[in-house]
Amino acid sequence: MTLGTVRHHVRIARPANEVWARVGDAAALHTWFPGITDCHVEGTSRTITLGTGMQMPEEIITHDHLLRRFQYRIATPIFQFHRGTIDVLDMGDGTSVVVYTTEADPRTMALAIGGGTAGALDELKRQLEPNEGAA
Amino acid sequence: MGRKILFITTDQQRYDTLGCNGGTVARTPVIDGLAAGGRRYERAHPQSVVCMPSRSTIITGQHPSTHGVWMNGVALPADAPSVAEVLREAGYRTALIGKPHFEPFLDPFARFAENRFAREGMPVPHRGFEHFEAATHGGQGFLHYARWLAANHPEAVGMFYPVLDMALEVNAMGGGQTGAPQAWDNAIPKEWYHTDWVADRTIAWLDSLDADDDWFCWMSFPDPHHPWDPPRSEIGRIDWRDVPLPAGYQEDGAAREAVLDGKPRHWRAWYDGRLVSNYEAPLNWVPAQMTADQVREVNALNAVECELIDEALGRVMAAIAARRWDDDVDVIFTTDHGEFQGDFGLLFKGPYHVDSLMRLPLIWRPAPSTAASPATITRPVGLVDLAPTFCTIAGLSAPEWMEGHSLPVDDGDADARGFERVLTEWDSALFGVDVHLRTITRDGWVCTAYLPGYSHDGTEGELYSLVDDPLQQVNRWDDPAVASLKSDLLADLWDHQPVQQRPLRRIESPV
Repeated sequence: MTLGTVRHHVRIARPANEVWARVGDAAALHTWFPGITDCHVEGTSRTITLGTGMQMPEEIITHDHLLRRFQYRIATPIFQFHRGTIDVLDMGDGTSVVVYTTEADPRTMALAIGGGTAGALDELKRQLEPNEGAA
Repeated sequence: MGRKILFITTDQQRYDTLGCNGGTVARTPVIDGLAAGGRRYERAHPQSVVCMPSRSTIITGQHPSTHGVWMNGVALPADAPSVAEVLREAGYRTALIGKPHFEPFLDPFARFAENRFAREGMPVPHRGFEHFEAATHGGQGFLHYARWLAANHPEAVGMFYPVLDMALEVNAMGGGQTGAPQAWDNAIPKEWYHTDWVADRTIAWLDSLDADDDWFCWMSFPDPHHPWDPPRSEIGRIDWRDVPLPAGYQEDGAAREAVLDGKPRHWRAWYDGRLVSNYEAPLNWVPAQMTADQVREVNALNAVECELIDEALGRVMAAIAARRWDDDVDVIFTTDHGEFQGDFGLLFKGPYHVDSLMRLPLIWRPAPSTAASPATITRPVGLVDLAPTFCTIAGLSAPEWMEGHSLPVDDGDADARGFERVLTEWDSALFGVDVHLRTITRDGWVCTAYLPGYSHDGTEGELYSLVDDPLQQVNRWDDPAVASLKSDLLADLWDHQPVQQRPLRRIESPV
């Protein structure tokens, strides 16, 4: 396995519960992830539609409201392995840090997906801090 | 009515692939003719030896440290300075036709505008280009050429070499007649190949213009960048068995390895297959296993691609003549960076600042109406100087954000205006491996300082005399006889080094 790992994070001036309300809504990913145009959830299955028009099936593997952790894997043959992890950390001062980790084999896909996740964090911050400006 | 500008770039083309530069394999009569009537630069260097940073330098007139595209996969912001926008605002009609690569190609989310235009259209000018038709090295993807091929000749989409393997790494699969990596028998008809498509679309755009329009057209061929998969019908132009081995390729393996061992350790590590530091070379290819015949075949296929470009340019020049524009058109031909084609037993590119990758073809044929004298310029110039040159041609002052200077018209002009040095930089960080080089070329020497990284502790470097050692085989970095010279070169390098934009822009994708 040639696992690639990419990790991005952003600090958001909003309480962790408020941030988790967005991040933990599995069916709302397309509202804050640029390049994902639609999102459909049935049980632990999620299908996202990319900006290219391509649909991609995913399996939700962790959805922990107490830990504020969401994990999923992309279930297409191109991936030998994929795991996306989004953690919302409470900084104890009314702000939070969102960490978005992508692990993938092929490792190249970790970079290509990871670039998208960084853009998603920027957009999440922009939406949740409307008066603070873009990241 | 002013001077019109046809700007031609190729991708990854060596200086010595042109007849006017001493090349003997490819026949390039059109470009040679432009050189004979214009200015031929013998020491033109890129400011980065990979596509995205180098192309960003061309359009901005800035070094990579300034424009911030520090490695492939880092996007140039859509609102970055652009010489095309300067020209457009001055009334020029503007187009980019062919390979752009200011934004990552591997873009599964279609986040980048240049990957969406073919499908969604381009509602407003982009980077100053009112017209934009994009192509890259094959028949797949999101760009205009791929969509055209799929719509008109779907059977040809799969004829190209698969640039990426199943693991999405740069493909190491061998082909051709020798099993050379990225050599390929491509059944596509010549008329459908991207070189002819770029010329066809350029001619179509030129035909759409009014006779008295001023225009700037960047015609950007994806070749002769690997894969080496020109149309099968054209391969017979050059029999690889007749192609001489490059001067920089030592047939004797021990001699080759001795040369590599005189260089910083990542050279030999790549050669042995122990370290691929960057995405621009196949992860699963071991250079040490390359045969002399594979070197010959790669050079032959590369030369075929260069000939096709030359002929395509000839068609565009004929179209310009048919519009009776030829007296008023400045033509500039260059490339974004060079290529190993067997030198040191290597192919492709990476953090290796030697002539293979840094010495570029650069031809400026001024509009004949200017009655400019032909010249050969030996002083160092850079691709960073192109943007201000376009401004000069258009009769405009170069904006302050451009760091280069309008290309010298001869060596006297170069001396008068201080063309003493050219800088090249490399930064990469990929899966835990980072490499950082800063290079100065001046006074017949090329000097590279290594900053601390995965393989280097910051004390390493390379120093070559371009006069005594034109193939850069003897690294004199630790030679006491040239210690003072090295010190002077390093001082000049750091004195003129642009301040690197921090924080570094994000890596969006491998390429």
